[in-house]
Amino acid sequence: MEKNSQNNTDSSLRRISRRNVLKAAGIGGAGMLLGASGIGSFLTSTGNSMTKDETDNNFIPFYGKHQSGIITDMQDHIYFVSLEVTAESRQDLIKLFKDWTNAAAALTEGKGVGEASGKSYLPPKDTGEAAGLSPSNLTITFGVGPGLFVKDGRDRFGLQRKRPKELKDLPLFPLDSLDEKWTGGDICIQACADDLQVAFHAVRNLVRIARGKAVIHWAQTGFQRTKQADLKKETPRNLFGFKDGTVNPDLHNQKELNEQVWVQPEDGTSWLAGGSYMVVRRIQMYIEVWDRSSLRDQEATFGRLRESGAPLGQKHEFDKADYQKKDENSEPVIPMNSHMRLAHGKGQNQILRRSYSYTDGMDPDTGSLDAGLLFICFQRNPDKQFIPMQERLAKQDKLNEYTVHKGSALFACLPGTHKGGYIGETLFS
Amino acid sequence: MQKLKMAAAILMSTSLLFGCSNSDNSTSAQKEKEKLPVKEGSEKLDEVALKYREYALSEIEAFVKETETFTSAVKTGDIEGAKETYAPARMHYERAEPIAEVFGDLDPKIDAREGDVPEKEWTGYHRIEKGLWIENTTKGYEQYAEQLMKDVNLLRAKVETVDVTPELLITGAVDLLNEVSTSKVTGEEDRYSHTDLYDFAANVQGAEKIYLLLKPSLMEKDQALSEDIQKQFNSVFGLLEQHKIGEGYKAYTELTKPEVKQLSQSIDALAEPLSQIGVVTEET
Repeated sequence: MEKNSQNNTDSSLRRISRRNVLKAAGIGGAGMLLGASGIGSFLTSTGNSMTKDETDNNFIPFYGKHQSGIITDMQDHIYFVSLEVTAESRQDLIKLFKDWTNAAAALTEGKGVGEASGKSYLPPKDTGEAAGLSPSNLTITFGVGPGLFVKDGRDRFGLQRKRPKELKDLPLFPLDSLDEKWTGGDICIQACADDLQVAFHAVRNLVRIARGKAVIHWAQTGFQRTKQADLKKETPRNLFGFKDGTVNPDLHNQKELNEQVWVQPEDGTSWLAGGSYMVVRRIQMYIEVWDRSSLRDQEATFGRLRESGAPLGQKHEFDKADYQKKDENSEPVIPMNSHMRLAHGKGQNQILRRSYSYTDGMDPDTGSLDAGLLFICFQRNPDKQFIPMQERLAKQDKLNEYTVHKGSALFACLPGTHKGGYIGETLFS
Repeated sequence: MQKLKMAAAILMSTSLLFGCSNSDNSTSAQKEKEKLPVKEGSEKLDEVALKYREYALSEIEAFVKETETFTSAVKTGDIEGAKETYAPARMHYERAEPIAEVFGDLDPKIDAREGDVPEKEWTGYHRIEKGLWIENTTKGYEQYAEQLMKDVNLLRAKVETVDVTPELLITGAVDLLNEVSTSKVTGEEDRYSHTDLYDFAANVQGAEKIYLLLKPSLMEKDQALSEDIQKQFNSVFGLLEQHKIGEGYKAYTELTKPEVKQLSQSIDALAEPLSQIGVVTEET
């Protein structure tokens, strides 16, 4: 659906994909493939239009009213980076966003950045590890953090008066155990793709382009089950084994998306209209502790059945939860401190969840597995959506026994742009 | 990595000494270099290469002198004197590293760190560094001082023979910064004396010298690139300035983790545009 709603770029403008270039050049084994559709594809490639081939099925346009990577169907992998801006001038910052826009558009088409100059005495413009790979549904989503507007009391780029009041450091919630090394940032790049090498390649090249203007502050990869592994396309499970993301706005319902996800022109920050606020939380799971809790405890913690994902008291995943229902002891079937009930609240705060699991090997301090959730959600207004929800959860959620929030950041994901424009244009104009 | 680099340097030095550029042991990297399109404007570049040769020779000369002071202090048992001259003396070597390192046999003798070479063969500055800072003695290190002086004198004699080409400069500038990224930033270089910031600064100064020599050509080819490089040099030197004490630098162990990260990222910010400096060889 993403493809339909966002595909307002002329497909004839899509230039030759990496794969087509290779085909056209007949490099490697690709010569064999030419047999079937080769000549035709070669001719149309040179005519600057892409022929129908497998790359068509996993290409998501970068240009559009909204940035991709927000209401896009989740890809298998994420490579997320938070950056600190070191550029001193507004011009440098604008140039960075322009360069990023061009690079991101090329990358999502499965192409390398810059021209292949073939000058052997210079380092290649593109780092090369994604050559020959399909676009893999790569999306690149840029966001700006509060530090871009004011840092240490300084209005570095003349943006202070443009800062929306919602764009500030998230409040410290009860039980937060934030570590500076996973917190905040001036700019974020979320690269999602069905192939981690493709996502890494994108981030690596974008960070390289930023050298001298921005540095990495923190980075986190994430994954979910791959599409190959889940042929039934079920709701993905988090590392606790529970389905995560069942309650999300309907991505096909434009009205709901406008109410819940996209910042609207009347919200007071016109440059952000069509953008969305992104909350990122690096939540470590106490895997070992969870593993020794009983199934009943686990299900009471989430408020759902593990196997089916159904709300307690119901049969199927998407059955409506009955928060009034009592058991034979007159206790609520869905416990008062269960994650689902608290997240639901009175049903007033919704968010678009787009989280990935992560694992970073061993926690060197404890010797346990460092694994958990790279929680990501998008919303129109964090003050009305994520923050009140997280306040309830932080105080009462039974899940807190098994998790600890180590990282946190809030970004305003910029509106999309069109060919010839650049991401952030509304902010800087 | 260090070893690989040495192996490559050995290959290079043999072919340089015997002038056998077409011999079978010339590496593909060398062949690549020979193909560099240095034609037009190459006279200007050759001039630059000559100037760089002068610079490097004067650094090596200063290195010889200060190594004399250093090794005499070691031989006469003057621990404090040796400690004081250790880091400043090394700076001359580090500045001229693109040339000094050409001699794959001498570089490890002078500059190998513990573990780079078999224990029995380990000599040079870092061997004495360990004696001075870990054992706090010069006793038993006199022979190493003796040998070091011999090797440095030999280096002085040999550098005369180095054919300084524009390519050597161009790769040398980035190599100096890669040196910083891979061994100075980690605090591995001077692991006993923690005087890594001296080496760090010297490598950057050596790279800047090359940039300044190439700057007129670069300004003709790509002014924006040149200005960016200058800006990033300024930023690195600005950071180094913060860690200066008098004429010298703080111990590397006194830097906080964020300070080390900042230094490391500033080197990346500089080395990226500097790696484009090869455009000066482009024909116009």
